[in-house]
Amino acid sequence: MSDPVLSVKDLKTHFFTRAGVVKAVDGISFDLAEGEIMGLVGESGSGKTVTGFSLLGLVDAPGRIVSGSVKLKGTELTTLSAAELRSLRGHDISMIFQDPIATLNPMLTIGQQMRMAIDAHERLGARAAEARAAELLTQVGIPSAKERLRAYPHEFSGGMRQRVAIAIALLHRPAVIVADEPTTALDVSIQAQILFQMRDLARETGTAMVWISHDLAVVSSLASKLAVMYAGRIVEQGPTATLLRDPRHPYTAGLIASLPAMAAPGTPLTQIPGTTPSLLSLPEGCPFAPRCDRATDTCKTDPDMTHQDNRGWRCFHPVTRTAEVPA
Amino acid sequence: MKNNSTPLSRFWAEFRENKVAVVALVVVILMMLLALFAAFVSPQNPYDMANLSLMDSRRPPGFVGSGGYTHLLGTDPQGRDLLSAIFYGLRISIQIGLAAGIVSLSLGTTLGILAAYIGGRVETLIMRAVDLQLSFPAILLALVIVALLGQGKAQLIGALVAAQYAYFARTAYGAAKAERGKDYIEAALATPMSGRLVVLRHLLPNCTPPLIVVATVQIANSISLEATLSFLGLGLPVTEPSLGMLISNGFPYMMSGRYWISFYPGVALIILIVAINLVGDQIRDQFNPRLRK
Amino acid sequence: MSSFLSIDNVSRLFGPNLTTGEKIAAKLGSKVETRSVRAVSDVSLSIRKGETLGLVGESGCGKSTLGRLIAGILPPTTGSVTIDGKPVMENGTKVTTRVQTVFQDPFASLDPRMKVGDTVAEGPIAHGLTTKGAAREYVAGWFERVGLDPVWADRYPHQFSGGQRQRIAIARALAMQPDVLICDEPVASLDVSIQAQIINLFLELTHDLELTCVFISHDLSVVQHVSDRVAVMYLGRIVELGPVAEVFGTPAHPYTSALFGSVPKLVLDADELVHFETIEGEVPSPLSPPSGCYYHPRCPLASEQCSAQQPATQPVAELRAVACHHFEKQLAKATA
Repeated sequence: MSDPVLSVKDLKTHFFTRAGVVKAVDGISFDLAEGEIMGLVGESGSGKTVTGFSLLGLVDAPGRIVSGSVKLKGTELTTLSAAELRSLRGHDISMIFQDPIATLNPMLTIGQQMRMAIDAHERLGARAAEARAAELLTQVGIPSAKERLRAYPHEFSGGMRQRVAIAIALLHRPAVIVADEPTTALDVSIQAQILFQMRDLARETGTAMVWISHDLAVVSSLASKLAVMYAGRIVEQGPTATLLRDPRHPYTAGLIASLPAMAAPGTPLTQIPGTTPSLLSLPEGCPFAPRCDRATDTCKTDPDMTHQDNRGWRCFHPVTRTAEVPA
Repeated sequence: MKNNSTPLSRFWAEFRENKVAVVALVVVILMMLLALFAAFVSPQNPYDMANLSLMDSRRPPGFVGSGGYTHLLGTDPQGRDLLSAIFYGLRISIQIGLAAGIVSLSLGTTLGILAAYIGGRVETLIMRAVDLQLSFPAILLALVIVALLGQGKAQLIGALVAAQYAYFARTAYGAAKAERGKDYIEAALATPMSGRLVVLRHLLPNCTPPLIVVATVQIANSISLEATLSFLGLGLPVTEPSLGMLISNGFPYMMSGRYWISFYPGVALIILIVAINLVGDQIRDQFNPRLRK
Repeated sequence: MSSFLSIDNVSRLFGPNLTTGEKIAAKLGSKVETRSVRAVSDVSLSIRKGETLGLVGESGCGKSTLGRLIAGILPPTTGSVTIDGKPVMENGTKVTTRVQTVFQDPFASLDPRMKVGDTVAEGPIAHGLTTKGAAREYVAGWFERVGLDPVWADRYPHQFSGGQRQRIAIARALAMQPDVLICDEPVASLDVSIQAQIINLFLELTHDLELTCVFISHDLSVVQHVSDRVAVMYLGRIVELGPVAEVFGTPAHPYTSALFGSVPKLVLDADELVHFETIEGEVPSPLSPPSGCYYHPRCPLASEQCSAQQPATQPVAELRAVACHHFEKQLAKATA
């Protein structure tokens, strides 16, 4: 495999709040190759969104990246100035958010906004810029793109707006796109269309993606590898199929087993007891231990990532049985 | 997170962290106590004409008058001990400010919440009236009403309420309109429970935070509005001077070196209003989630 | 089949909410939208005692509105909802406590300024199911029933996690001792690992208390898991109704088939990327629905008949009904 386009090493982003230090991201590492899609799965408060923001240097006070490195095509991002980061954002790395309404300016036409996004990094003539914008809108599946450039965001449906946001993110053919639950607010039929297109786009353009989601099924149909986050750390990572078929971390195994599709209709689901811990009062050692039926005294110390082949897990007592494959 | 803490105790814990606001709160409480116990802490009863001697009028701070005690802040043109007059003036100012604040809070809140809850014609009628009134300056409105009703405590409070209830109505309306659409109101109505009960038990308590903020600011405003009216000679009778009246009394002597007659009541008024506003600011910051860290 | 919960020809129109300014503008001939939206259109359902009916569809299909009509939160424009022959609403006012609702977002559905015990006790006290003096014990019983420690009754909602709040919301609904429970996306805003807990609680309680349920969700796998029958809605109409296994196994309506096909499933074999069956286009605006069958512009089986004539609801098998001109073709495709 060639050099990774994005390489994250031991990244830590902490928030210094009045109630204490919140270790939202606490030492995560992963590599992403060209055209590769990685699913970053976790529940609310697991740190997956903060991870996405950290990659783009978008963490605001009281939070900051306290240590670790983010390398984009060999460039270290964590030491760049705000201005240098701005020139990279949108050009080499861009982000798609859950709510496209919040990212599009309601007072400007789609064409004007795309033009601004182009002008931020490149000098293109009006005609060339429009052609580029129209081309991208077509690429993300917006019909009669040329005319739609003159429309305002409110004239688009939710799904179409998200496509526009995706088109803007793609304008400069960035090496990496960070997508934070971009289909969560959309209907299933629209979600399917977008997932399908994103997969093709990644393959065609060579853009690598970090796809943040809480939905295992969504990422499993899109990403070639997965990283599962719990309480600010990656507890398990590896190729999608291997990880889902044969999860090693009890949390991953529990998540998969608790899906309704894994049980016969009407029968009780396998459930993970307890609730996700508050990042302000994490238990000593493995943060999952209090909810884990495999936990022992050993788990009072923090497990390191165990690597095997192309996968890894942070657990002293990994699940070894093969997960049952549903009929 | 602290468990089993009531919203009030959490609120106080956060409030305590702002030292300026705590000092302001102490000042407000102190001034209210002084006002409340004015009769006990004042060296003189400034309302009792028999105590006053024209011989003592317009004397500078530190003067020992015919009463045999030192006038720490000097005396006014009527020969009143200024310190005592300020304590009594505070009492009147705070009395009127609080009374006007409470009456306009109740009136405005009732109107605002009714408008938001009932909707339709009632909403249009109430809120258009409120909007219309808000487009006039409060001082102008108060002047007109005092001019029509004449002088006196009740009239003054009436004028202040008329000038201010609209702010409360707007705030209550805005808050109630936002809360009205939330699931917990719908859940209560779906039980089913009567609208009256839902308004009293759910809607009203959840509209209180912004109303408390407006109330603190408006009480300060009432006090300064009353001072303004008194200064203009439209407030209370001269026999019971409020802070504004005291300032007004000393005004002609400002240029003749007898600054203290206006100056000290002015200082008292400013301290009171600034302190109330500082407390109000902190409360507002705590209620506004966007300003939270 | 004896019907316990009956929904008879229920429709709900939402008029345009015009401001005074817009009304004037409309009178002066400006382009103001004055058409009303038919959020729920002539829906009839009969649900047996103890049955759980799943209600699925995309956003804007009217499933939440239908849920609120059944729950007596909204009065229907026409038609009626009855429980055991007694109406839920009379003259726009809810007149029964026998139907209760669990809302989607437990962060919004609990009064933030009220102790959770008081929130649960409020309804039962108002309707004489318990007294002020006995309320504590009464609430404690329901807290235990939903897996909460009764000593938590004195806490405020902010002290609970999402899953715990949803348990409180369920306790509030059940404390009214309803016969019918409307669940509007009860697990949609919960974390994945918590969803299973709430689904299990729901299954246990509906079974033990013999509750009749309407379970609204956009998540087909959840509906499939908890429901006996399922109704699929599209633009305010029910397009297909039947036992869960049959409807999802061999869909008789092309929309059901497409909807089910576009749900991402857990892919355990990533060497081969799955091909989604995606539905072309988007849901049309309910302000100007298409003629005939509302689904025909997106339907691969559509014919001229579909754009001309609205299909009637017809029985397919026992307990199954579909509103499609070409359901036989669709069934043949599904079983193939």
